[in-house]
Amino acid sequence: MNTNASAPRSFWQRAVQTARLCCGVPDYDVYVKHLREHHPERPVPSYGEFFRERQEARYRGTGGRCC
Amino acid sequence: MQSAIPKPSPAGKILWAAIAIVGAWCLGVVALRRGEPINAIWLVTASIAVFLIGYRFYSRMIATRVLQLDPSRATPSVLRNDGLDYVPTDRWVVFGHHFAAIAGAGPLVGPVLAAQMGYLPGTLWILVGVVFAGAVQDFMILGLSLRRDGRSLGHMLREELGEVPGVIAMVGVLVLMMIVLAVLALVVVKALTHSPWGTFTVAATIPIALLMGVYLRFVRPGRILEVSIIGLILLLASIWYGKTVNDTPALAALFDFDAKALAWLLIGYGFFASVLPVWLLLAPRDYLSTFLKIGTIALLALAIFLAAPTLQMPAITKFIDGTGPVFAGNLFPFLFITIACGAVSGWHSIIASGTTPKLLANEGEARLVGYGGMLMEAFVAIMALIAAASLHPGVYFAMNSPGALVGTTAEQAAQTISSWGFLVTPAELTDTARNIGEGTILGRAGGAPTLAVGMAQLLHGIMPGEGMMALWYHYAILFEALFILTTVDAGTRVGRFMIQELAGMAWAPLKQTESWVGNIVATVICVGLWGYFLYQGAVDPLGGINTLWPLFGIANQMLAAIALMLATVVTVKLKRQRYVLVPAVPAVWLVVCTLTAGWQKIFDAKISFTAAAQKYADAMASGKLLAPAKSMDEMQRIITNNRVDMALTALFMLLVLTMLFFSLRSIVRAWRATHPTAHEEPYVALSSVAQ
Repeated sequence: MNTNASAPRSFWQRAVQTARLCCGVPDYDVYVKHLREHHPERPVPSYGEFFRERQEARYRGTGGRCC
Repeated sequence: MQSAIPKPSPAGKILWAAIAIVGAWCLGVVALRRGEPINAIWLVTASIAVFLIGYRFYSRMIATRVLQLDPSRATPSVLRNDGLDYVPTDRWVVFGHHFAAIAGAGPLVGPVLAAQMGYLPGTLWILVGVVFAGAVQDFMILGLSLRRDGRSLGHMLREELGEVPGVIAMVGVLVLMMIVLAVLALVVVKALTHSPWGTFTVAATIPIALLMGVYLRFVRPGRILEVSIIGLILLLASIWYGKTVNDTPALAALFDFDAKALAWLLIGYGFFASVLPVWLLLAPRDYLSTFLKIGTIALLALAIFLAAPTLQMPAITKFIDGTGPVFAGNLFPFLFITIACGAVSGWHSIIASGTTPKLLANEGEARLVGYGGMLMEAFVAIMALIAAASLHPGVYFAMNSPGALVGTTAEQAAQTISSWGFLVTPAELTDTARNIGEGTILGRAGGAPTLAVGMAQLLHGIMPGEGMMALWYHYAILFEALFILTTVDAGTRVGRFMIQELAGMAWAPLKQTESWVGNIVATVICVGLWGYFLYQGAVDPLGGINTLWPLFGIANQMLAAIALMLATVVTVKLKRQRYVLVPAVPAVWLVVCTLTAGWQKIFDAKISFTAAAQKYADAMASGKLLAPAKSMDEMQRIITNNRVDMALTALFMLLVLTMLFFSLRSIVRAWRATHPTAHEEPYVALSSVAQ
């Protein structure tokens, strides 16, 4: 379980995380940690694979952005 | 489970009293000083004070009493954590993400159009509207979704109101989206008509995006920041080279289009961009426009704080009587329709029930993200209003009035606008055009160009330099065009999925989003729907924005009304009737505004679509041609367009009334019930899940 949310993180790290999230890409390290802890049987994707999957997912559904 | 409100300390009381006094004083100056122009800083300070007070007091009341948010309760991100969609995330990161998702072209365009009535009506509506309607909507929908596994607005409507109102709302959202795409694309058309410099830079974003897409896919996968910096440098280079294109007749001719041609180009672009693989064009553009958007909003804020411009537009103009050239109709209801985003925007309810509720790590943080995020957007709207009001009013009206009203030459425009009481010389108009590197500033309605001139003048005041103003202007145009086009292609894609879902109910094969036939057919329908309205805007006698913006406003406020009605229903269902007025008052206000505006757009003798259709039909019957129609076929097309707009307005009114009926029915039932009947997920303690 991710408890990083409240842990102190550098401003730069948070800025990068925000910028990536604005583009629909969540935190890769958090995902890897989640996989290791909860689904150790699944393969861990590389950042490139992870990025591609998220890129496709962002434009698949409804919602999105505002006028 | 009401969390106790801590008693404020004496120092806190003094601080908030001081903020209240400063805010009241500044607002007094903004509202009451007549005869001499005031500085924008008064307006900025008044707004910040209002936002702080609204956040500190009203949003806390909503959090503790209406929504009864509970920091000890586990949120969907904690309960369903999958590391991808549901991830507990730092609240400031969620705030940044939420703000980037809600802020678009809307808050920049509406306030600029509303400036025709002076800066005061728009300012007051943004301030009052955001505190009591817009931020309430965003915050409450986010709060409801948090208690429902992060479900979408449509899903919550189906659960709380019933299947039928759920489907009706879905159709409403689809139609709203088509109008949004058309009107935003029209803003781009208006900005680029006969502007080789602007058209070149916007066209250059396509190869730049393709390059970025290939780089992100094959060269350095996923390095968004790196590739965005490369993209930004190329964009700036294209703005710089645009001047050469503009000054070289052979090159300029390649990028010089009229409104109709631009409309067709955009329709074609929308089709290809949404059919191509997303990594190639859509996604890289999206990244670029997201970063540029945030950067430019920051730049606008910096420019206003450093330049501290004087507001040249009067506080109130004579156009509050409904005779304004930018949009027709009285202050009530049309001011409240014209400024949608920035005061209250229905679209936000989709985002507040989309990604954001799946990211919040704690219920207590919803107040900052939902209410606070919308206050930030209102501040962007105030800044756009300041940029427009700090322009010479003569320049403002020359840019935003249809040619049919002010004429098509600088001399005619200057004469007409001076006769309205805004003295301006033809030389002032042509000088402004020359300074920004354009042939003319006439007929550039739609907000984007006005804001771009305002920004260019502000930035030029801080950083003077030969020819710099033209660069700033084209930078501002490019950034607005960039994120509007991103909305257009992403919106076309989303619209395509929605159409496939609806069409799939009739014929199952259409539902397969992987199939090329279903894909292309749905995309063509989607592009055709918004393309129709875009083209209609491009050939419209009043320049398009005058006609389409009210339709957009009515549709957007309709969705806000639906979202607030849902919030009202749930408040009653939770047996918190004491607080029902919090969502009900803005809901009723929006219902009244949309229905009044809709009624006038259908039945009013002067400003209705019906009257416009009749005028052309009468002329046709007596064999006369009315500008801008050049043939009887074109006359007929204008009549048809107005009738379509009429039918659409009627559809929106019907949607509002139907949803009102279903909401009232649910409210009456819930009011009579003795127990809470809302569909909340059961309480799970955060401490039992999180380690």
